[in-house]
Amino acid sequence: MKPAPFDYVAARTVAEAVEALGGTGHKAQVLAGGQSLILEMRLQRVRPDLVVDINRIRELGGMSIEDGDLRVGALVRHTAFESAEVAPGPLGTLLSRAVVNIAHPPIRSRGTMVGSFGWAHPASEWCAIGVTLEAVVEMTGPDGTRSVAAGDYFLGPHRSERRPMELITSVRLPLLREDTGVGFLEHRRTGFCFAQVAVAATLTVTDGAISGARIGLANCADRPVRARAAERSLAGADIGPLPEGARLPDDHLFAHAGRIAAQEDAAPVAEPYADVEYKRQVIAVLVGRTLLEAAADQRARLAVREGRR
Amino acid sequence: MKITLNVNGAGHFVDVEPRRLLADVLRDDLGLTGTHLGCEHGVCGACTVLMGGRPVRSCLVLAVQCDGSSVRTVEGLAEPDGEPHPLQRAFSAEHALQCGFCTPGFLMAAAGALEADPGLADDPEAIAGVVGSGICRCTGYEPIRRAVVRAAREQRGTAGRAP
Repeated sequence: MKPAPFDYVAARTVAEAVEALGGTGHKAQVLAGGQSLILEMRLQRVRPDLVVDINRIRELGGMSIEDGDLRVGALVRHTAFESAEVAPGPLGTLLSRAVVNIAHPPIRSRGTMVGSFGWAHPASEWCAIGVTLEAVVEMTGPDGTRSVAAGDYFLGPHRSERRPMELITSVRLPLLREDTGVGFLEHRRTGFCFAQVAVAATLTVTDGAISGARIGLANCADRPVRARAAERSLAGADIGPLPEGARLPDDHLFAHAGRIAAQEDAAPVAEPYADVEYKRQVIAVLVGRTLLEAAADQRARLAVREGRR
Repeated sequence: MKITLNVNGAGHFVDVEPRRLLADVLRDDLGLTGTHLGCEHGVCGACTVLMGGRPVRSCLVLAVQCDGSSVRTVEGLAEPDGEPHPLQRAFSAEHALQCGFCTPGFLMAAAGALEADPGLADDPEAIAGVVGSGICRCTGYEPIRRAVVRAAREQRGTAGRAP
C-alpha cells in the first residue's frame, strides 16, 4: 500500500518544528529517519494528518561530549555508531557492538538513534541501552525544554513521556569509566529480524570484585527494562577466572544472574515463535553470556592499561 | 509540491504529492525503471539507491525529502559510453544474478559500500552486511558475495596505481 495523504512541513529550525507540531489539532508525526514511520504509513497503521520533517534542521545533526555525556542529536544516523571511536572508552565499544544488530546498512544509513527513542519499540536496542545507562531524553515543546530520564520515559509499546507537541532534540548517554567492561548480545530468528531478546551489560570491577553492574533487556517486557534484581545478585561478587566455552556452568554467578533476570526482572510478552517460557529461557542464557562478554571486555581493557604502564 | 531531484547527474523538476515515495517518482515520473520494487517494506532491498552517496531504501524515503539531493540509481552505474561499472562486470563474471530482479539493489548497496570504504575487500563483515542487506531468491548469495569481493579487490588494486 501507499501512504494516505498528509500535509508536509520541512522545518528548518527546532522552533519551526515545534510550532508546526503544536499548531495542529490533528495527528502529527515527526519524520527523522522514517525507517519505521514510513513503513507504518505504508501499512496505514499510522495515518498522520501532518508530517513534520526535521531532516533539514542543521542544529540536530551533531554529536558532542558535554559534562561526561555523549549528546546525540536527533539526526545522527545509526551508521555513525558503527565505529567504536564514536565515543571515548567503553561507551563507544558498547554502541558499536549494539548497532550491528539494527537492521542492515541501507536502513542504518537513514534511521536515527533518537528516532528509536521516539518510536519506543519494546525490541529497540538503543532504548534498552538508554535504560541501562540511565540516559536522558531532551525534548522541546511550546513551554520550553525538558529532560526525562530514560527509566521514566518509556511507558509501553510506542508509548512514552513525549507529548504530541514535543520534539526530542537529543539523547544524552553517560560516558563509561575505563575500568568498565561492556557486552551486547541479541537473539533473533534471522539475521535482520527484530530482536526476540537483546541484552546490554556493563561491569565495573575494582580489585577483582564487581563494584558496579548494569543489565538492560530489550523485548523482555512491554518496554525496555533494567534487570535490577540480577544486578543486585552480582554486587560485590568476586569475579574469579572466566569460564571457557560457550556454555556457562549452571552454578556460575553470571548464570545465576541470568536466571534471576529471567524470573524476576523480565515480564515477557508472548510473540509468534517465542512464547513466554521460551523467552525466559533465552533471557537466562543471554544475560549470562552478555555478562561474560562484559567481563572479558573489562579484562582486555585492564590488560591494555597494565601493558602501557 | 515542486522539488528538484538530481538523478545520475541530471536535474529534474517534478511536482509530487508529499505521500509519494522516491521509488515511485523514479519509476513513474522519471521512467527510471531499473530501480525495482519488491516488498515495499524496506526488507527485500531491490529498491536500494544512493542518496547523497549513501545506500537507502527508496521505498522508505519520501520523494519530497530528496528535494535538492543527489540520487544515483542503477542506470547511473555504467559509464556514459555504456562501459559497465566494475561491480556490473564482477556480477557477470561471478554469476551473481539469475533472474536479476534483486540485482539493482545489490549493485547500489555494494556501490555505496565500495565508495565509503576503499578497503572493503579486507572487511568480510562489511561485505556480509552488504550481501545480507537484500533478498535474492536465485543465487544463494555466495556468488553475490564473491562478486562484491572481486570488485572490491579490483578497486583496491587500481587505487594505488599512478595516474
